[in-house]
Amino acid sequence: MTTSASSNGRAAIRLEQVTRHYQMGATLVRAADNITLDIGAGEFVALLGSSGSGKSTLMNLMAGLDRPTSGAIFAHDRNLAEMSSEELAQHRTHTIGIVFQAFNLLPRMTLEENVELPLRLAEVDRGERTSRVREVVERVRLGARLTHRPTEMSGGEQQRAALARALVNRPTILLADEPTGNLDSATGDEIMNLLREINESLGMTIVMVTHEQPRAERYAHRLIHMGDGKVLSDGRSS
Amino acid sequence: MKRRDLGELAFRNLREAVLRNSLTTLGIAVGVASLVAMLSLGVGLQNLANDRLSRSGLFDAIFVTPKSNNPTFGRPRNEIAEPTGPPKPLSLAARKEIENIPNVTEVYPEIRFPTEIHYDGNPFTTVVAGVSPSGKTDGSFDGMTGSFFSSPAANEAILQIDFARQLAPQQPYSLIGKNIVLRYAEREALPPDPGDRDSGSAGFSIVPKEQSLRIVGVIETDPAGGLGAFGRGRLFIPLQVAETLRAAQTNDLRDLLRDSPNQKNYESLTVRVSGASKVKDAEDTIKKMGFATYSLLDATNGLRLVFAVFDLFLGIFGSLALVVASLGIVNTLVMAILERRREIGILKALGAADRDVRRLFFVEAGAMGLLGGICGVAIGWLIGHAINFGTNVYLARRDLPAISVTAVPWWMVAAAIAFSILVSLAAGMYPASRAARLDPVQALRYE
Repeated sequence: MTTSASSNGRAAIRLEQVTRHYQMGATLVRAADNITLDIGAGEFVALLGSSGSGKSTLMNLMAGLDRPTSGAIFAHDRNLAEMSSEELAQHRTHTIGIVFQAFNLLPRMTLEENVELPLRLAEVDRGERTSRVREVVERVRLGARLTHRPTEMSGGEQQRAALARALVNRPTILLADEPTGNLDSATGDEIMNLLREINESLGMTIVMVTHEQPRAERYAHRLIHMGDGKVLSDGRSS
Repeated sequence: MKRRDLGELAFRNLREAVLRNSLTTLGIAVGVASLVAMLSLGVGLQNLANDRLSRSGLFDAIFVTPKSNNPTFGRPRNEIAEPTGPPKPLSLAARKEIENIPNVTEVYPEIRFPTEIHYDGNPFTTVVAGVSPSGKTDGSFDGMTGSFFSSPAANEAILQIDFARQLAPQQPYSLIGKNIVLRYAEREALPPDPGDRDSGSAGFSIVPKEQSLRIVGVIETDPAGGLGAFGRGRLFIPLQVAETLRAAQTNDLRDLLRDSPNQKNYESLTVRVSGASKVKDAEDTIKKMGFATYSLLDATNGLRLVFAVFDLFLGIFGSLALVVASLGIVNTLVMAILERRREIGILKALGAADRDVRRLFFVEAGAMGLLGGICGVAIGWLIGHAINFGTNVYLARRDLPAISVTAVPWWMVAAAIAFSILVSLAAGMYPASRAARLDPVQALRYE
């Protein structure tokens, strides 16, 4: 199935006949099966599907954390499938921001240190780091929690901290894997409102993996349903 | 990632598992300490041997004699002069000439003569030996009771303990500060015989003389002073004083048979140079002057070889502990990979390249090596001091002078720390490469 739905005409991510197969014993698992897809710059896309449908695999491929078995994945017209591991690391540093369901903050570091980590990896000057960290932490409304460790923060605060960390290198694409999966409904809405605000104010492309259809319909511009590694449906949210 | 950030992250990680990392670092420290202690013992013993041998005058000395037609101990046959004429005498002029050779620090004859000592109204026969000024620093008189001669021209004497006991059987050390009278035979030149026109000199006569000497020291050992020095003496006086006395010696009879019996010739001279490495050049120059020489240069080279092998084996034994410690590093870092699997996945998801992860683990291994190396050198140094202390307690109980059997020179400190870092980096190579290869997707799934 081929789908194209760019919001401003330029594709932020383009997948061309992407497959990702795993060998599990004697069984060949087709986690992504011949997927072709365009995600336009500035779009807020929700990838929906049941467990094992291939949505997280697709997100890992877009993040450059995994490589396709065949096909091409273009992020701003650069093919991730042909990149070296060093170039993929650069892609994750500068182009992509990732938010996980389990927050994945480093427990030994404070909020400030966690958010600063991508700046260290991107070799941003020390003098610039503090202001960048404060700016992004203020955006997620955690300015008062800079010196707190993850264990001293609530789930919602941790996810906002993870969001700040994903945004600090000013990426153009934000990938969110079940960002509200570990949160209660009210906190989940809070995070979704933040994502919408980021999408609208910064024009950032957001690809969110979720299995919560109502929430996806409420916040995303476009819903892509997946099953058995294939795109089952792709359409605008109502 | 920049080096400073890498260092900060590595030290943060090391601090987090402080007990395990401290124990691993301690393991490295023990390994380095063992290496340093072994090597310091090897180097210390080598220094001690070199020092003693060099101070003994065996390795920086050349023994010079007039050329002889007779084969002599240690002298190759090709050095024996052809019987073309009488050998060149080892005269005062020759001595001055040798003194002017570069790197020659001291030239002195062997002066030893029999004498009679008068003390407390009683006569005692003994052998007097002249001691060159270098006797003060070459260790020959180490452990002596009293002091060395106050000046090269002082009318002072040092007694060997056996002779001191003859003079004062009950309290030999009470002799220090007392005076003795030395009776000896002086060689006095005779005026030329006016009736004998063929000869320029009538020879010399032997005149009994006396010299008062103040006893300044008593030595228990039997000082040797190296090749052709003052060994086998029982009463030691400054060489300059001994030369001034012009006491008759055994080779004076040979001078009597020569054309100019009044001219003082030496049976042998000992030439000291500024170091063992300068011996060969000085020896060649003296040979060219027409004298026979002998030195123990080859023995020095042999000694160096023996110590090089000795140090090598001590180093190998010392390194074994460090090799065992390096296994501790591998274990610690592999455990860290398992524990920090998810963290590595997060770092990679945030943009860390394989290279960054590898370097992070390398820095952690290197930091443990550096810290372990520094602590190890300090512990090794303390062990060396403990060995020295124990050795000197043992020597003191046997009334022997203190020595240093261990040495930790700066190059050993630098080499031990560098070796520790290298071994740690080598040990960290496998864990670092394993961490770098970690699949981020799998790592992020890990709980």
